[in-house]
Amino acid sequence: MFAATHLNVQNMRRQSLVQILFMLMTAILILPVLIILATLIYKGGPAISFEFLFSDPRDGMTAGGIFPALVGTVWLVAVALLVSVPLGVAAAIYLSEFAPQNWFTRIINLAIINLAGVPSIVHALFGVGAFVLFFGFGTSILAAALTLAIMTLPVVIVATRESLQAVPLAFREACWNMGATRWQTIHRVVLPNAVSGILTGVILEVSRTTGETAPIMFTGAAFFLPFLPESVFDQTMALSLHLFVVSTQVPGVPDEMPYGVALVLIGMVLAMNSVSIAFRMYLRGKKKW
Amino acid sequence: MADVTRPLSLAAHRDADEIDRRNLDWYIDKAVQVLVFIGGISAIVFVIGIFVFVTAEGLGFLVDAFDFGEFFGSPRWKPTSEYRTTYGILALIAGTASVTGLAMLVAIPFSLGAAIYIAEFATGKTRETLKVLVELLAAVPSVVWGFIGLVIMNPLIIETFDVPVGLSVLNAGIILGLMAAPIMTSIAEDSLKAVPDRYREAAEAMGATRCQLVFKVVLPAAKNGLLGAVLLGVGRGFGETMAVLMASGHSINLPDSIFDSVRALTATIAAELGETAVGSDHYQALFTIGIFLFVITFVINLTADLIVRGIRKG
Repeated sequence: MFAATHLNVQNMRRQSLVQILFMLMTAILILPVLIILATLIYKGGPAISFEFLFSDPRDGMTAGGIFPALVGTVWLVAVALLVSVPLGVAAAIYLSEFAPQNWFTRIINLAIINLAGVPSIVHALFGVGAFVLFFGFGTSILAAALTLAIMTLPVVIVATRESLQAVPLAFREACWNMGATRWQTIHRVVLPNAVSGILTGVILEVSRTTGETAPIMFTGAAFFLPFLPESVFDQTMALSLHLFVVSTQVPGVPDEMPYGVALVLIGMVLAMNSVSIAFRMYLRGKKKW
Repeated sequence: MADVTRPLSLAAHRDADEIDRRNLDWYIDKAVQVLVFIGGISAIVFVIGIFVFVTAEGLGFLVDAFDFGEFFGSPRWKPTSEYRTTYGILALIAGTASVTGLAMLVAIPFSLGAAIYIAEFATGKTRETLKVLVELLAAVPSVVWGFIGLVIMNPLIIETFDVPVGLSVLNAGIILGLMAAPIMTSIAEDSLKAVPDRYREAAEAMGATRCQLVFKVVLPAAKNGLLGAVLLGVGRGFGETMAVLMASGHSINLPDSIFDSVRALTATIAAELGETAVGSDHYQALFTIGIFLFVITFVINLTADLIVRGIRKG
């Protein structure tokens, strides 16, 4: 009575065929990248040593390590964070806690989407026009970091807004009913409950900032500098630009060296993203509401 | 009686204190409101700022030397020619378009397929793992992609197709496709997830198979979101700089085949800006390309947003 009809069988066969097809597509998307990553590890692994990480480039960058580039990247990321985190969190608080549902808020949201979509090289042009020339910072860590901060601002805003909105409205209402002002509510109730979500967003931003190359090329990162930066008005080397330089601009670089730089860069970025993802999963498991 | 009134008046005093403090809190609240509002409008300020500053730097060229027909119609980009400098970006547009086009041919089917698989077929651990993998892939920096194009794809293409140069439309297109695919996958997956479960339940109650459910119910319901995902992918490919610079071969060409080297708009700016004198025609022409890029991506992003939001209202 319940035996499968011809049509049922046909449908089921078709379904498993389609499922396998989609699975293959997913695999084709992911596998080559895993192979590429494995190649990077295989070829770049031997290049990485304590000396590689902690010594200066030598002999026209064909030997030695990447220390100044590492330090430079840390400078750029730190200064960029100092600017973009307060600004981004403020923007997210406004959008989540204060903004009315009207055309103006809609425009702000559109601006955030567009800011994220502007090509990185156009951000670089903006950095040159605004920070290097107009504000007179010159090619410096400050100009490069400000360019990076504006470019990655949407990452902070979106992540923070999401974690603020994940705090139930009832928490706020309870607080308002006690006579608390909006700021007291945000400061004492909303932010403490959202802070870990904000942190995952910040980690994502760090990772994004570390990998960006185009925006810093003309605003503050140098091909080669024999000394470490001492203030935000100095130029600096950066890991991402260093990869570009050693793989395209310098003749006679030993094969494994750019692989090593690429591996360090991608290792840093993927590690930070993994931490952010793991942190997010842990929080989701812990959440009580 | 007196004993009772005394604590009462004390309490009244305390109340007065409280009221004073609340006033201060009220001012703090207003101040915070202004501060976060400044943060809120900063995104608008920056977008306008980008347009204004990039335009300001390119304005001299736009006013004095700009020739619409030559700029968009001529394939000759010769800013440093001694005989006659020409600023035609047709070949650069062709470069960007061919690379982005090929990238989308690679990325669209696979990322939509992967999104459908992750959202509708995969379950439990597999699903979570795939989502994490896709997110990690999206995080690989563009300069690393460029490096992969240079050292892995390049010899691979030379060997497989027996061509003299492996830095070409093909190389950059594949690299860009692999780069854009994870982002498109996760946006497309979001829009599939946004289709209410009751649609699926209704279809299943009618006896639809999973496959009928996906093609007849979920995909039509999510089509605007999917279109938005594709558009954002196009925007991303269009604006990508480092990967295209390193993998496309960087020679000015109207490509005849996918094995030709090309040069993209973004890559031209990245390669040449460092060598130009501030304020020179060449420098300003590069900023003019920047304005062009800004306007195009602005339109793409705006369209994508309107399409995606359109579905949420309806």
